[in-house]
Amino acid sequence: MIKFFLMVNKQGQTRLSKYYEHVEINKRTLLETEVIKSCLSRSNEQCSFIEYKDFKLIYRQYAALFIVVGVNDTENEMAIYEFIHNFVEVLDDYFSRVSELDVSFFSAVNQVFHSAWQRTG
Amino acid sequence: MALKMVKGSIDRMFDKNLQDLVRGIRNHKEDEAKYISQCIDEIKQELKQDNIAVKANAVCKLTYLQMLGYDISWAAFNIIEVMSASKFTFKRIGYLAASQCFHEGTDVIMLTTNQIRKDLSSPSQYDTGVALTGLSCFVTPDLARDLANDIMTLMSHTKPYIRKKAVLIMYKVFLKYPESLRPAFPRLKEKLEDPDPGVQSAAVNVICELARRNPKNYLSLAPLFFKLMTSSTNNWVLIKIIKLFGALTPLEPRLGKKLIEPLTNLIHSTSAMSLLYECVNTVIAVLISLSSGMPNHSASIQLCVQKLRILIEDSDQNLKYLGLLAMSKILRTHPKSVQAHKDLVLQCLDDKDESIRLRALDLLYGMVSKKNLMEIVKKLMTHVDKAEGTTYRDELLTKIIDICSQSNYQHITNFEWYISILVELTRLEGTRHGHLIAAQMLDVAIRVKAIRRFAVSQMSALLDSAHLVASSTQRSGICEVLYAAAWICGEFSEHLQEPQQTLEAMLRPKVTTLPGHIQAVYVQNVVKLYAAILQQKEQAADAQAAQEVTQLLVERLPQFVQSADLEAQERASCILQLVKHVQKLQARDVPVAEEVSALFAGELNPVAPKAQKKVPVPEGLDLDAWINEPLSDSESEDEKPKAIFHDEEPRHAKQRPPEADEQELARRREARKQEQANNPFYIKSSPSPQKRYQDAPGVDHIPVVQIDLSVPLKVPGMPMSDQYVKLEEERRHRQRLEKDKRKRKKRERERRGARRHTSLHTESDEDITPAQRVDIVTEEMPENALPSDEDDKDPNDPYRALDIDLDKPLADSEKLPVQKHRDTETSKSPERQDVTVVEKKSKKPKKKEKKQKEKEREKKKKKEAEKGVDLDFWLSTTPPAATPAPLPPGFLQEEPGVNAAVTAPKEEPRGEEQDAGEDAEQDLEKPSEQKKKKHKKDKGERSKDKKRPKKRAPPREGDAEPVQNGALREEPLPPMSSYSLLAENSYIKMTYDVQGSLQKDSQVTVSMVLENQSSSFLKNMELNVLDSLNARLARPEGSSVHDGVPVPFQLPPGISNEAQFVFTIQSIVTAQKLKGTLSFIAKNDEGSTHEKLDFKLHFTCTSYLVTTPCYSDAFAKLLESGDLSMSSVKVDGISMSFQNLLAKICFHHHFSVVERVDSCASMYSRSIQGHHVCLLVKKGEKSVSVDGKCSDSTLLSNVLEEMKETLAKC
Repeated sequence: MIKFFLMVNKQGQTRLSKYYEHVEINKRTLLETEVIKSCLSRSNEQCSFIEYKDFKLIYRQYAALFIVVGVNDTENEMAIYEFIHNFVEVLDDYFSRVSELDVSFFSAVNQVFHSAWQRTG
Repeated sequence: MALKMVKGSIDRMFDKNLQDLVRGIRNHKEDEAKYISQCIDEIKQELKQDNIAVKANAVCKLTYLQMLGYDISWAAFNIIEVMSASKFTFKRIGYLAASQCFHEGTDVIMLTTNQIRKDLSSPSQYDTGVALTGLSCFVTPDLARDLANDIMTLMSHTKPYIRKKAVLIMYKVFLKYPESLRPAFPRLKEKLEDPDPGVQSAAVNVICELARRNPKNYLSLAPLFFKLMTSSTNNWVLIKIIKLFGALTPLEPRLGKKLIEPLTNLIHSTSAMSLLYECVNTVIAVLISLSSGMPNHSASIQLCVQKLRILIEDSDQNLKYLGLLAMSKILRTHPKSVQAHKDLVLQCLDDKDESIRLRALDLLYGMVSKKNLMEIVKKLMTHVDKAEGTTYRDELLTKIIDICSQSNYQHITNFEWYISILVELTRLEGTRHGHLIAAQMLDVAIRVKAIRRFAVSQMSALLDSAHLVASSTQRSGICEVLYAAAWICGEFSEHLQEPQQTLEAMLRPKVTTLPGHIQAVYVQNVVKLYAAILQQKEQAADAQAAQEVTQLLVERLPQFVQSADLEAQERASCILQLVKHVQKLQARDVPVAEEVSALFAGELNPVAPKAQKKVPVPEGLDLDAWINEPLSDSESEDEKPKAIFHDEEPRHAKQRPPEADEQELARRREARKQEQANNPFYIKSSPSPQKRYQDAPGVDHIPVVQIDLSVPLKVPGMPMSDQYVKLEEERRHRQRLEKDKRKRKKRERERRGARRHTSLHTESDEDITPAQRVDIVTEEMPENALPSDEDDKDPNDPYRALDIDLDKPLADSEKLPVQKHRDTETSKSPERQDVTVVEKKSKKPKKKEKKQKEKEREKKKKKEAEKGVDLDFWLSTTPPAATPAPLPPGFLQEEPGVNAAVTAPKEEPRGEEQDAGEDAEQDLEKPSEQKKKKHKKDKGERSKDKKRPKKRAPPREGDAEPVQNGALREEPLPPMSSYSLLAENSYIKMTYDVQGSLQKDSQVTVSMVLENQSSSFLKNMELNVLDSLNARLARPEGSSVHDGVPVPFQLPPGISNEAQFVFTIQSIVTAQKLKGTLSFIAKNDEGSTHEKLDFKLHFTCTSYLVTTPCYSDAFAKLLESGDLSMSSVKVDGISMSFQNLLAKICFHHHFSVVERVDSCASMYSRSIQGHHVCLLVKKGEKSVSVDGKCSDSTLLSNVLEEMKETLAKC
């Protein structure tokens, strides 16, 4: 099960967030900072899965933008990892060469997002 | 008004839209917070305006701000306003905002119920879709209960887009409202075979999630999933299905056997790493489940391990990680096959990535043996030295301890080595795991007698260097080690080389900077040491030295007396007095050593941490019975302080021998029970706060003294410090237990197992303390105490509620609540809805119910047997490739819901019952006459229905109907459909149904099912009607009255689909007909032709009625008001039961039952233009009379006329 989905840039600014479980708004900010911190601290040589508290973070980096998905331990890490890329490809298609700027003007991304992520629940 | 609008739009031009906001934030990098607060102020202004466009824009911006971490819950109400906008673009914004910020605690959420329901039933699929998406994020138990039925209906929507969403959201609904699972499950199951892959995948997802939590309920779906697995090519779906099988196999090992082959095939063939990984995982699960019975699957294990090795050796770190993760799962059951890859794992320990190193550490745990333990630990120790981050180092530390201590120190051959490793570990600065090391030291020193001398020497060295430890790591946990060191040196002081030196070390002033509990241990053990030294000196007849030691203590102990820690302080002052007394005696040359060491005579034995809890309850002891009669409630509040004594009592009493003999006890118990039974104030099973205190063992053996309730339980004059003493005593006891055994918890259990079965660790046996202690443990841990403790389960787990047997037939009471047609027989006002459902159940005719129940039970038995056979059969057919095709007929029978859905979908839950009922009938001794008749009728009805042209499931209304009126029914109803034939030719068949909606008066929706009967491909379908003055087809904007409306789909041969058209009606009091044409192009191999089909749309007056619930009080008021005109009809020759008759009227004429008494019922409906229609239906011997009252007489007479026609067919 996916717990949350984040698009965050290297400066720690959230570009898109979607929570599938309710998280208090101030805890969200905290979580997002911690998540991006742990992603940034990793190098390319390290794997894309981080064990964080009681769940797992799966992240991918595209230029300065990180896509991070939080899942519980029953999820197939590899499938999510591949799915992130799938999602980015869809975005790329939609915006014809997507950039962070596109994502920050976000309403359309949300639409794409909904239709794409529905399948994995 | 116009001016206002113009003004509004001009205003809007100056408003910021989302783009401007984002741009603005980017441009105000320095004072972002200020800029945003300014924006929020603007938004607040915008929200105050009436213009919905402005509001939507404002909410849109808020959504963005919310994402940036600003609280927008204050705008919840505005969000709801935007949600209810009619324009889709606004509505979408509203739902998006709601999905982002609403949650269960949002109080305005209850206002949304009706809005959501309206959107769900909207003719536009996008409205429905956006409502579903939004709802999935903020569904609450209330919303789930109220909307479950609407969503369930949407699961059979014509659009896959909606079906998909509806299926997915059902998962959330189940979580919030578990009662909905059983009624909705048949349909969910049906969706597994949906023609649309998206819907199918959604259904697989939902069932997979459900099944992983409570797999046993879903075992019967295994054949279906197996079929899907072998046929599907969608990797996402495959992953989910394979994951699901992973959850099912532990319950049914035969399933695993069946799976191995297709899974290994997949492993060999797939190129998708995620799928490969999932397959390996499931194969591992299968192998685990098989490992007990089937040893010859080594080939599969080898395959998995090989594949994983490839993953681990891959340069991609992700694969490496996953490989190690999966490997650790194999390790648990097949350690041998993993041990072969030790080289690889050790290699991974040097990896740059911490996550990978951690996973490799996990694997190491299972790879150690007596031979390689030292080598591996040595390697780990070098890693400890190199480790940069403290988290990783701490992890290493715990792993070293875990590895060494596993299975009762099975792999340790030299404990001196282990002790020195532990001592080495204490050099780590800033670790959190001091207490872990301490626990290990204590454990080893206590249990391995042979090592004590060595341990004591090491510990005294530690104490000697304590100033180092204490000064540098006071804040960290490493000083915990001193706790163990002090205790070991004190307790085993006979092994000390230089006790005097150690004593001095323990009395250093620095010690007072240690945490309180450690100081306390120091104080206690200083005396132990002192006793030992005293004895030594006296034996050596060195009185001078003995007095010097005493003097040292007298001088140094006061520093502990001033300790901030109560425990240390108290011990110190006690001991100081003791030592002073000794000093006096020494001055008189009295030998004291014997007496002082007698204080610490005897040895302390370790006790299992759960031993106390697992003491079996002695026979005849009833822990739930009162010792004394319960105090009255008023007194229980000031009970608190007394509770301490109360709690304590049984504990001490336990050691006391029982004073009364068995007979006496039995007599007393009997008397007490008698008394309880007679006492009206005795509350038998309610958990009272006092009960807890009396739950301690052995209470029954205390002779019961009747306490006079007027005397408070608190003993007057007892000083408060006694409480401290007792509390402290308890705390100390608990603390010691905890400290000593926290780490041993797991091991103790394992050891028990190991001891009982084999003596695996032969050479450690002789090292470890004698069997006597182990006996204590086994004695105190009763046989029946399973290691899988019930307290491990989380009672708050939401999934527990979903543990529901799905194969049981559905009972009436389990139907989903439906707002619209709630049964109102006894209800007076809407607040009592829930109550009435329950009442209703109990009010049912008892006899019938009993019979029904009997039948159900019978059937259930049969069914269960059937199911078992089916699954067995399926599982026993060995060739897996052949299985999807020859599914046994019995297996198909398991899903009558699916079959019935084709002909009579509205029967779904009941069809099952009915079929089974027929089978079961001969088993019953007395099949009721009526029942038999009914069946005949049903069959007749069914064949009649078959003649009627309808192959498709009538959507919405039709599906909802049986549930809506379900509460009233005691017997199965014949299938009904509201769809009737419109026109037909060799190409196409058209059936239609007309429905009004209350949302928009004067509009009706015509749902038209078009079925391609030819072998041609039909496209470019267009529908046109000749509008009358009274009725017009709603056409897209900009088209003239002569233009047709295109049908939004094409029809391949043999396919049917449904289109909806909206008509506007002026006057609804009379029925009318509209002529129309459907034109289309039929294309086949020979070419395409243009074809036409004429039809006549019949709008009955009934079709303008909308089923509306009405409560009896409101109904009575309506009739009393007197502004209704009256009319009546009578139909003879009716043999149908009243029950079915009412259902027919409800279904075909859109009425709801208000009240029913015997063979008389009042019914209500409302037209789309708000006319009230009230009916009184009475059934005579062979006739039915219907009296109607309505706000419009023409409408009434027309409706009655139509009704007459329907009834005549009965």
